[in-house]
Amino acid sequence: MKAIVNISLKAGVLDSQGKAVHHALDSLHFEGVDDVRVGKQIVLKLKETDKDKAMANVTQMCEDLLANTVIEDYEIELV
Amino acid sequence: MKVTILQFPGTNCEYDTQHAFEQLGATTEIVWHKSETIPEDTNLLVVAGGFSYGDYLRSGAIAKFSPVMKAVAKYADNGGKVLGICNGFQVLTESGLLPGALKRNDGLHFLSKHHHLKVISNDNIFLERLSNHSVVNIPIAHHDGNYYIDEDGLKDLYANNQVLLTYSDENGNTKNPNGSVDSIAGICNKEKNVFGLMPHPERAMESILGSDDGIKMLQGFLNT
Repeated sequence: MKAIVNISLKAGVLDSQGKAVHHALDSLHFEGVDDVRVGKQIVLKLKETDKDKAMANVTQMCEDLLANTVIEDYEIELV
Repeated sequence: MKVTILQFPGTNCEYDTQHAFEQLGATTEIVWHKSETIPEDTNLLVVAGGFSYGDYLRSGAIAKFSPVMKAVAKYADNGGKVLGICNGFQVLTESGLLPGALKRNDGLHFLSKHHHLKVISNDNIFLERLSNHSVVNIPIAHHDGNYYIDEDGLKDLYANNQVLLTYSDENGNTKNPNGSVDSIAGICNKEKNVFGLMPHPERAMESILGSDDGIKMLQGFLNT
């Protein structure tokens, strides 16, 4: 099983990289972009076959290490 | 006076820090991060600047799991004095020894220059030799120095005089190089024994090199 972890800055925390990318898109005349958020993706290959256990385990990994929950949110997708 | 300085893979300010404290008359010891203990005669523990673990994942995120950090937490819990400079500040926030977090600079650039700082609270051993609202000139060198804390956390910091230093111009007017909340450059914990700042006082020890304002800051620790 694979876990795909998407980490981004919390809503309300200014995302300077997203702002810079948005500005660059504007200057390239790409229209209709309301907002840009830049995050990171971490892909984990897991031995676990039970989805619930895998989810609990990866959630703990996010809380302990993968995300800094003071400034970041995370989403976990199991595939 | 014994100053213990932590060294992680990627730390690069341990020798500057050692030089600065020895210049002030302290004895020093550099301790590798694999150590599970810190010297018993430690009077001040410094988490020095640099790029621990190459800043991988987030600055300070991996260093917090180094074996020595358990001893650091215990030392701090028992009232031991801890100072985190630059990457050391990032390690202390990641470890939960100090509140908040350090984000990428708003301008996205690595900043390396002298910057003025205003003293906000001298009600602590670190800054007791400086008066409130005085201005010091200290180098900064960071990519992730944009201090963030939520509104409630910020209120708590002010309520307990935990905001130590803010970025300013030479007259003490606010000048924010990196987007930090309220231009905050350094804070301490509620108990006032754990200190963290992005600027490098250990690099401001000689007026011929631009500033010796770091002396007044680091000397505060030598009385303890």
